[in-house]
Amino acid sequence: MTALLSVKNLTVEFTTRDGIAPVIDDLSFDLAPGETLSLVGESGCGKSMTALAIMGLIPSPPGRVASGSISLAGENLLQAGDTRMRAVRGNDISMVFQEPMTSLNPVFTVGEQISETLRRHQGLTRRQAKALSIEMLDAVQIPLPTRRINDYPHQLSGGMRQRVMIAMALACRPKVLIADEPTTALDVTVQAQIFDLMRAVGKETEAAIILITHDMGSVAEMAERVVVMYAGRKIEEGCVDDILARPRHPYTRGLIACVPHLLETVSAERPYLQEIPGMVPPLSDFGFMGCLFAPRCDRVETRCWQEKPKVTQITPSQSAACWNLQEAKVRVDA
Amino acid sequence: MQFLVITLKRCGLGLGLLLAVLVLNFLLMHLAPGDVADSIAQDAGGLDAEVMAQIRKDYGLDLPLWEQMLKYFYSVAQLDLGYSFYYNQPVTTLILEKLPATLLLIISAQVVSILVGVVLGVIAARKPNGVTSHFVTILSLVGYAAPVFWTGIMLIILFASMIPLFPIGNMVDVSVERTGFAYMVDVLHHLVLPMLTLASIFIALYSRLARASMLDVLGSDYVRTAQAKGLSEFQVVFKHALRNALLPVVTTAGLVFSGIVSGAVLVETVFSWPGLGTLAVQAIVARDTPTILGILFFSSLVVVVANLLTDMLYRIIDPRIKTAETSEI
Ligand SMILES: Nc1ncnc2c1ncn2[C@@H]1O[C@H](COP(=O)(O)OP(=O)(O)OP(=O)(O)O)[C@@H](O)[C@H]1O
Ligand code: SF4
Ligand SMILES: [Mg+2]
Repeated sequence: MTALLSVKNLTVEFTTRDGIAPVIDDLSFDLAPGETLSLVGESGCGKSMTALAIMGLIPSPPGRVASGSISLAGENLLQAGDTRMRAVRGNDISMVFQEPMTSLNPVFTVGEQISETLRRHQGLTRRQAKALSIEMLDAVQIPLPTRRINDYPHQLSGGMRQRVMIAMALACRPKVLIADEPTTALDVTVQAQIFDLMRAVGKETEAAIILITHDMGSVAEMAERVVVMYAGRKIEEGCVDDILARPRHPYTRGLIACVPHLLETVSAERPYLQEIPGMVPPLSDFGFMGCLFAPRCDRVETRCWQEKPKVTQITPSQSAACWNLQEAKVRVDA
Repeated sequence: MQFLVITLKRCGLGLGLLLAVLVLNFLLMHLAPGDVADSIAQDAGGLDAEVMAQIRKDYGLDLPLWEQMLKYFYSVAQLDLGYSFYYNQPVTTLILEKLPATLLLIISAQVVSILVGVVLGVIAARKPNGVTSHFVTILSLVGYAAPVFWTGIMLIILFASMIPLFPIGNMVDVSVERTGFAYMVDVLHHLVLPMLTLASIFIALYSRLARASMLDVLGSDYVRTAQAKGLSEFQVVFKHALRNALLPVVTTAGLVFSGIVSGAVLVETVFSWPGLGTLAVQAIVARDTPTILGILFFSSLVVVVANLLTDMLYRIIDPRIKTAETSEI
C-alpha cells in the first residue's frame, strides 16, 4: 500500500506560560487513497492541531512544528513554501470545520464563497465557477440550488451551512478531505444526514477522508481505520472492526464503553454506560516521560509512571502503546 | 422593496429630528428677551405704543404661539430662515454662501481620516507588536489628548511658518485672480492644513477602532476558512477580513459625524476658513439670533443626511441587516 498522505514523527510545540509543551508528540500515521481514517480522542487531545498541521495552518506564534514530516504523494509539505501551500490548501487538501455557524463569511453569498475557491485553483471564469457551484450545492442535496446560491449564510440553518462547507471543500475535488468534528454542533438527525452525505460525496469524488471525532459511534459508522489519540500521542491504531472488537489499550476500551450501542450485550459486571474517570491532563503535562493515561488507568503499574509506553505491533494492522495491554480474548462486552 | 421601506422609515425619523430642532429654534427665539418691534424701536430711538403694535401685527407677533410656530415651519419649508439685520441679508442666502466651504472641509476630513485610519489599523493588526501598531497606540493617545486648536496652531507653526509649504489661513489666495483648474488647486492647497487638523482626532479614533476590529476578525473562524481554501494573503485580509472589520468603523463614522461638524467650527476659526463655523462665531458675537438658529438648523440637516447615508452604506456592506429588519435606529 502506497500512502497518499504520510505523517511521520510529527511533533508540534506550543509556547505557553509554563514553557514549551508538545501538543502533538511524535505522531505517525498513513492515509491510503480513497480511505476513511478516523482520528479519535477526548477534547484537548490534539486532534484539531494535527489537522491544522497538515493544512500548514498552525497558529504561529505560539505554535511551531518542531520535527517530523508530512508528505502528500511524496512531497514534504513541511518543506513547501507559502505559495505552494496556498496552492495545496483547498485544492489537494481541504477542510471542514466544527462550527458551521461561524465558519462561513457572513458578508458574502454562499455562491461567491464556493466559486472563489474554484476560480482561484481551477482558473475558471466567473460564469463557469458559478455553474459548478450550483452543481456542488446540488450534490450536497441543497434544494433549489440555483436560488440558494444567492443566499447569505445567515439565511441557512446549521445543517445547510455545513453542507455548504462540504460543497466548498469538495469543489476542487481534493485528494484529502479533513473533517474536524463536522457534526458536533448539529442535531442528531442532521448528523446522520451529514455522514451519509460525506460518505456518498467522498466516494463520488474519490477523496480520502480524515474524520476527526471524539465519538466512537461516529467512528464505527464512518471509518475504515482509526487512530486513537491521547494527550498528543497516538496510543492505538487499527482497522475499525478489530479495534471495536478487540481494543488492546485501556483508553480505547474506555472510549468504546462510553457508547452503549457498541456493546453487544450488557452484563452485570459491565453496566450500561461507562465513563473514563478523570480528565485529559493539562497541556503543561504533555510530553511527560511516562504514560500520560496512568492517573486514570485501572491497569496501571509502576513502570507506567517511569517510562513512555513502547509500541507493540499486535497484528500487521493493529498496534498499541501500553505496558500492560488488555488481553485480546477479553471482549469489551464480556 | 424592504430596502426601500426601511430607507423611507429612516427618512421619516430624520424629518422628525429636524422638526424637533425647529421647535427648539422657535422656542429659543421666543425665550430671548425683546422682539423685532423692540429692536426696531431701539434703532429708531423709541416709538410709540401704537406703531409698535402695528409692527407686531405686520410681523404676525400678535397671533397665538402655535399659529406663529406653524408659520415659522411653513417659511422654513420654503427655505426662508428669516432675515439677518446684522448682515442685512436673508439668513438662507448667508448660509448657502458659506455652506460649500464647510462641506468641503468636513467631507474631506471624514474621508481622509477613514482612509488613513483604516490603513493604519489594518497594518497594525497584522503585526500587533510591530512599529505601526505602537505608532497607532501613540497616535490615538496624542490625537485624543490634543485639543483641535492646539493641533491647528502647531501645524501652522510647522508647515506654514517654519517650513512654509502651506498658507496660514483663508480658502484662496486673494492677491491673485484665479479661475478653473488653477482655482481648484489653490483651494486644495489652502485646504490641507485645516483638513489635517480636523482629521487628526478622527484618524486617532478610526485607527484604534480598525486595529481592534481587524484583530478580532483575523482570529475568526471564517478567516481561518478563507486560509484553508488557499486564498492569497491579499484576498484573506482585504476581501474576507476587511469587509467585516469595516462594520464598526462605518457605525462610528455615522455616530461621530456631529463631532466633526462641531470640530469644524473650531478649525474654521483657527484657519479663518470662510465657512459656517466662522459665520457662527461672528453671529454669536453680534447676537444675530436668526443667523445662529439658521446655522443650527443647517448643521442638524447635515448631520441627519450624513446619518442616513451611513445607514444605507452599512446596509450595503452587511447583508444581515438588509433582510433582518432591526428595530434600533
Ligand atoms: N492557541 C492556543 N494556545 C495555547 N494552547 C492551545 C491553543 N490552541 C489549542 N491549544 C491546546 O492544544 C491542545 C490540543 O488542542 P486541539 O484543539 O488540537 O484539541 P482537540 O483534540 O481538537 O480537542 P476538541 O475536541 O476540543 O476540538 C489543547 O490542550 C489545547 O488547550
Ligand atoms: S501504560 Fe500503564 S497506565 Fe498507560 S495505559 Fe497502559 S497500563 Fe495504563
Ligand atoms: Mg478540535
